[in-house]
Amino acid sequence: MNARVMDAAPQPEAAPPSLRNRARAFSTRHRSITVIVGMALATVLMPVIVLLPPFNSFSSQGVWIDGFTIAGIYVLLALGLNIVVGLSGLLDLGYAAFFAIGSYAFAFAASPFTGIDIPFWPMLLVGAVVAAVFGILLGAPTLRLRGDYLAIVTLGFGEIVPIVFLNSSTYTEGPNGIGGISPPSIGDFTFPSVGNPWPFYLTMIGLITITMILVYRLQDSRLGRAWMAIREDELAAAANGVNTVTTKLLAFALGASTAGLAGVFASSKLTLVSPNLFRFDVSFTVLAMVVLGGMGNIWGVAIGAFLVFLIQTVILKQLNIFFGNVNVPILSDVDFLQYQFLLYGVALVAMMLIRPEGLFPSRRRRRELHVEEDQDFAEHGDAMGAAPE
Amino acid sequence: MTAQPAASTTPVAISNESPEILLEAHRVSRRFGGLLAVRAVDLVIPAGGIISIIGPNGAGKTTFFNVVAGIIDPSGGTVSFRGRVLITMPRRVWLESLAWVVPSAIAVLVGLLLGAGSAGEAGILVTLAVAVGLMVVVLVTAIARPRWYQDVLARVGIIRSARPNDVVAAGVGRTFQNIRLFQNMTVLENVLVGMHLKLRSNLLDHIISSRRQAAEEAQAVIRARELLRLVGLRGREDELAKNLPYGDQRRLEVARALGNDPVLLLLDEPTAGMNPRETSEMTALIARLRDDLGIAILLIEHDMRVVMGISDRITVLDHGERIAEGTPDEVRRDPRVIEAYLGRPAE
Repeated sequence: MNARVMDAAPQPEAAPPSLRNRARAFSTRHRSITVIVGMALATVLMPVIVLLPPFNSFSSQGVWIDGFTIAGIYVLLALGLNIVVGLSGLLDLGYAAFFAIGSYAFAFAASPFTGIDIPFWPMLLVGAVVAAVFGILLGAPTLRLRGDYLAIVTLGFGEIVPIVFLNSSTYTEGPNGIGGISPPSIGDFTFPSVGNPWPFYLTMIGLITITMILVYRLQDSRLGRAWMAIREDELAAAANGVNTVTTKLLAFALGASTAGLAGVFASSKLTLVSPNLFRFDVSFTVLAMVVLGGMGNIWGVAIGAFLVFLIQTVILKQLNIFFGNVNVPILSDVDFLQYQFLLYGVALVAMMLIRPEGLFPSRRRRRELHVEEDQDFAEHGDAMGAAPE
Repeated sequence: MTAQPAASTTPVAISNESPEILLEAHRVSRRFGGLLAVRAVDLVIPAGGIISIIGPNGAGKTTFFNVVAGIIDPSGGTVSFRGRVLITMPRRVWLESLAWVVPSAIAVLVGLLLGAGSAGEAGILVTLAVAVGLMVVVLVTAIARPRWYQDVLARVGIIRSARPNDVVAAGVGRTFQNIRLFQNMTVLENVLVGMHLKLRSNLLDHIISSRRQAAEEAQAVIRARELLRLVGLRGREDELAKNLPYGDQRRLEVARALGNDPVLLLLDEPTAGMNPRETSEMTALIARLRDDLGIAILLIEHDMRVVMGISDRITVLDHGERIAEGTPDEVRRDPRVIEAYLGRPAE
């Protein structure tokens, strides 16, 4: 490679080095540090915030932290689906299948049902690998499909997997599910399922932090660029040397492995797996989280998932209690939890109309969707050969 | 503008000291239903040559291009790059699925029998896991199609044509007639995707964010900027590709195609829709690619001034057939070419 290109350095940006710009530059250069600092702040702040007025009246700190832990499972799922949908542009409607596979993998490995007792920590890795293998198996038949067809096939897989667990009752206890799954332990200390929520909470934070760092690294790599290229134009990507088949398969596998990780954690936290935990609404909820949070933006997707889950499980429940207490005529009879999907629908439609790039769009996507208006004119001017000179 | 290249670099006659032959298309045909879009076309591209394909609309130029680039399979004939046949008519492809279905089915059966016979439930699970693992390995091999796998298949008589990315790996870059950039990626990222095969970092490098990868990426960015400067897009690295003016988009596509250091560049109507100034810039760029970088070029073009100005040899297609081949002067005088373009003269 030639070294005579040093003069090709970029022109200095005109923008003043404001604190915001400097912070942004730092965060792009040191992604991992930024993620760790951000997650550490969240870890400390969230338990403190729930001690303050409006929140402390809902429930105690312990219940809140337990809720955060469960929300973390969805954050993990959303981070994984973001690789498939947000980065590679492959619409996957059956993502809950991999969550189920990860959960059952741990249920088989650490419950009285099978009599095996493999510890939690190595199973995190095993669950991720098993889910990745199934990601490849289920991804392989869909490689030639895209758009609507891909969505339909993945939807089918998402239905098949829980039904297999439901019907092969000799091996899975069918609809009753597998109970008594052992919680994680470190040395002699076993994580308590009730009471002290901190061990699970901190484990979850650790998992999310590691996943976010890894996803960021993938996104910034040659592989991440290939994913985006496939999202933009598959044929052109192939014509530039990207092996679209293996690249798409890797997206499926890595997305699935994140779901497997979440599954292992979830079954160990809930000490129970059953097929109805993995119905279509899980796939749909996670997809809604990715879209609402801002497809392709890792922080956005994580925060989106967190907010959607909190709204779904905490706020709606509190609305019921609130209106019940205050005795507002009609509203006190409404069970808001039942309207959860109606609210999703409304929120998604509203988002698509008002802010199609999601709550926290990646900078790239914001430009995609909003620069257009200004650029349309300039582009046409040039295409007609009316160069400004 | 661009002078006719010096005689020494013009491989007019195939002599003993003629340069290495990069691409050789031998009787390439492609049928779409009842339409024979390309019929038995021969073409030879020597290293460093500029070869053009011209012909009226619907003559099969782009179809021929797509066959050469591995995007569509030929219905007959072969294309070889540097003597190695890459593009050919697929044969007995259905056998390939048996190649991995049968062994894995046998593995599952054997596993079940063994497990049921002696080892009990845990045994079944373990053998099933081994069988599934084996199946995944075979499946992934079949999907990734490494070179040795293709050789094994070829030995049993299963022939598949190369995929587009295999053609790129063989040293061929291309652009598209209707520009196909990665619209929502920046100019720099577009070129970096174009360098995909030059970069060697693997999944492990990505995950541990290795020093090797960092060094490679830094090098890649330098190289990408160099390519952008070559095509005249310096200083626009961070713009989104779709926000570039039309002519710049075409030039970006050329820069992207140069990313993998091709020895042969397929340009599909690089000056279509350009104004005269942009056209002459593009022509100069094409000549520079050959003269400075030694890249051979296969060009489809409608603008006759461009074609006649820079081509070493011209192939004329009409109704999928090669009706003439020769130097620009020979082609210009060929009565069949005149007839194809202007119609039969009234008598």
